[in-house]
Amino acid sequence: MRDVCVVGVGMSQWGEVWRKSLRQLFVDAALKAINNSGVDHLDSLYVGCMSSGLFVGQEHIGALMADYLGMQGLPALRVESACAGGGMAVRQAFIEVASGISDIVMAAGVEKMTDCSGDDATFALATAADQEYEVFHGATFPGLYAMMAHAHMHKYGTTREMLSAVSVKNHKNGAKNPVAQYPFEIKPEQVAKSVMIADPLHILDCSPITDGAAAVIVTTQEVAKKLAKPYIKVLGSGAGTDAMALAQRNDITTIKAATLAAERALKMASKTINDVQFAEVHDCFTIAEIVLLESMGLYEPGKAGPATLAGETALDGKFPVNSSGGLKSKGHPVGATGVAQIVEVYKQLTGRAENGRQISGSLKIGMAQNMGGSGASSVVHIMEVA
Amino acid sequence: MTMFSSRNWREYPQRYRLEASKFKKSGKTYFPPRAVDPETGDTEFEIVKLPDTGEVLTYTVIRVAPAQWGDQSPYALAIVKLTDGTRLMGQMTDCDVEEVKIGMEVRIEFRRVQSEGHHGVLSYGYKFVPKWY
Amino acid sequence: MAGIVGYGAHLPRHRIKVEEIAKVWGADAPSYKKGLMLREKSVPPPDMDTITLSVEAAKNALKRAGNVEPADIGAIYIGSESHPYAVKPSGTTVAEAIGATPDIHCADFEFACKAGSEAMFVALSHIDSGAMPYALAIAADTSQGAPSDALEFSAAAGAAAFIMGKKNLIAECLFTHSYMTDMPDFWRREHQFYPQHGGRFTGEEAYFAHTKGATNAILKKSGMAPKDFTYAVFHQPNGKFPQRVAFELGFTQEQIDPGWLAPTLGNTYSGASPIGLTATLDVAQPGDLIMMCSYGSGAGSDAFVWRVTERINEVRDKAVRTRKLLEKNLIYVDYGTYAKFRRKIRKND
Repeated sequence: MRDVCVVGVGMSQWGEVWRKSLRQLFVDAALKAINNSGVDHLDSLYVGCMSSGLFVGQEHIGALMADYLGMQGLPALRVESACAGGGMAVRQAFIEVASGISDIVMAAGVEKMTDCSGDDATFALATAADQEYEVFHGATFPGLYAMMAHAHMHKYGTTREMLSAVSVKNHKNGAKNPVAQYPFEIKPEQVAKSVMIADPLHILDCSPITDGAAAVIVTTQEVAKKLAKPYIKVLGSGAGTDAMALAQRNDITTIKAATLAAERALKMASKTINDVQFAEVHDCFTIAEIVLLESMGLYEPGKAGPATLAGETALDGKFPVNSSGGLKSKGHPVGATGVAQIVEVYKQLTGRAENGRQISGSLKIGMAQNMGGSGASSVVHIMEVA
Repeated sequence: MTMFSSRNWREYPQRYRLEASKFKKSGKTYFPPRAVDPETGDTEFEIVKLPDTGEVLTYTVIRVAPAQWGDQSPYALAIVKLTDGTRLMGQMTDCDVEEVKIGMEVRIEFRRVQSEGHHGVLSYGYKFVPKWY
Repeated sequence: MAGIVGYGAHLPRHRIKVEEIAKVWGADAPSYKKGLMLREKSVPPPDMDTITLSVEAAKNALKRAGNVEPADIGAIYIGSESHPYAVKPSGTTVAEAIGATPDIHCADFEFACKAGSEAMFVALSHIDSGAMPYALAIAADTSQGAPSDALEFSAAAGAAAFIMGKKNLIAECLFTHSYMTDMPDFWRREHQFYPQHGGRFTGEEAYFAHTKGATNAILKKSGMAPKDFTYAVFHQPNGKFPQRVAFELGFTQEQIDPGWLAPTLGNTYSGASPIGLTATLDVAQPGDLIMMCSYGSGAGSDAFVWRVTERINEVRDKAVRTRKLLEKNLIYVDYGTYAKFRRKIRKND
């Protein structure tokens, strides 16, 4: 297996981007990544996207994006794993380069979520859950995570304040991120007072609907060195799945798919979880960040909430989580999120995080964890400074 | 988007009669039925009917509901563990949303779950009611 | 001889009081309560309809029937004026839900408030003829009353189910009689949401004439007199009509009491006398004779004479009693909630 690196990154505008279509968002991010990396060609393309078909009626987007990038003829494939599509696209690129089949692969993600009604967007998002045994009965995504939250609060005493602390922290970080959809700070009281979506989750516990794209260039260390541009090493990639329906999981206070993905990525990287110094974690809802930190062994079960409240995962804390602002403040264009997480880890490891968002100290190892739906799939990448 | 008739019809044994699969080797019951036991890989099973009472393991109250549920909002959704250990998700009904608690005893009742507007098919299935008798 | 092998009822938990309805339309609640002898009525929530009520009632009937395999039920008839589909029988879904398909005859019945007793009448015939071992008759409704109309105070919801058979009877059916004329007292045209009625014309020549017509005919047929009966159940569009017809026929308050549910249940239309029968069976003793006479506008009445057997004592508590459903754990709603539940509010769809 060859050494794999990420050598250039790019992001489109993120938010309600009325003036850009699905393909335009992708091209914006892709061109930036290509320019930043200095590559003059690609060997193949993976595009993570949850549901361009339901959002804008467009499938077949591997081919479409290659076409609009001006690379007709390029091998291209759309990767779908609900909200883990982006991370899974990165994984596919990693595998293609590590295996020796390709030298330069773009892993991108894009989602255009505002060209349809709110109801249609909700419907599209719900296709990531069990249609016949969850959505049929009226389950929504906030509802599924809300059930996880109640179970976690009941079992471990996790509190409203702990959930709010996740949102507050991520907004504080996102306020410094030029790409963020909601670049402003919020107060804990605001979270608890915001409109209730599904008990106990308020709207400020939930990541937003966002248009956006992100792209990274994945290549070998040899190519990266020749390009003489800042790069990082991808030491390991791991993925896992679990039962689709929450009711079928043995313990809904933990996300087994993330546990497996992290174990496998760390094993490939020959590292332990204690070697990881910071992470981008999939905070689709505040409770998700807490549960994921525990699921991946960063905290004992029940302890991630108190740790968050105590500031351990803040930018200047023991283990900074979501220095980008996370899904909550940065936004969550579903298929793009996993790629944007890699962009952030790249920025942190190469000392390029903007506006005072740079984590201090000598950073060596960072992690990105991306997840689909209510946790039926997850993918983790372990990255190291060059 | 609509719930196409055939998709709904196919789930009748589960939605109407709570039919589950019980595997020969492990004796474990899965709902909805599966062809393969995730724990043992066994593919030999018999169809059994689930019991109709259980307790709430966790729940939420959906206050911002998808369009077709608008009239019933707010509604409580729960994961219930039936008396045989099988777990399933469904709506709570006949119950103030504030009354739902983890550990609450419930019974399954046959209710109308969805309807496709004024013209389409009516979808029936299970919901949970507080067990008061 | 054919009769009831298993019986069961199901009612909503929600109720609305006469005062709540009167308040909105500026009606005088006390005079409605007095005139109708009705204080409150049952309200079906949005997820309850004739089919769901029928399934739960049928499950209760199966519990009391004991060893009846749903697959041995040869026919399912549901009588209602609020079948959820205009074309697609309620019986198909109910039969599927209780596991009685596919070797079963099915038809939905309608005849205003006597659609339920009609189903019972036909089910008994199938047993008498020996065509099948068991036949399921269900009476169920979630009827609508037009806003501000007198019927809005009483239109309610409920279901009763009866498994008819020849063996292990809870009650034998000794006689039946059906009496019917063409009577335009109450009707609903196709595609109309609410029914129309002839006001006071629905009294003397309609309800009273047909109920008396059927009851007197069956008394003659059976050679019995009102005093021979332990109990009597009449169609109950309100509390007053069944009481008046009972007295005019020579029955007493004691006889109608156990089955006289309208004062707090409202008018469950096709369910009315059948649900009243279940409440009566809940307290009846072996050997008791029960007179039951329904009434459906249009118009007609089905009368039955039942004789309760020893088996009632073994089975009455195998399922929840009707009075418990009527009186316990009620959820009261205001008119706004009621209007929303009953889809009376015009929406943009």
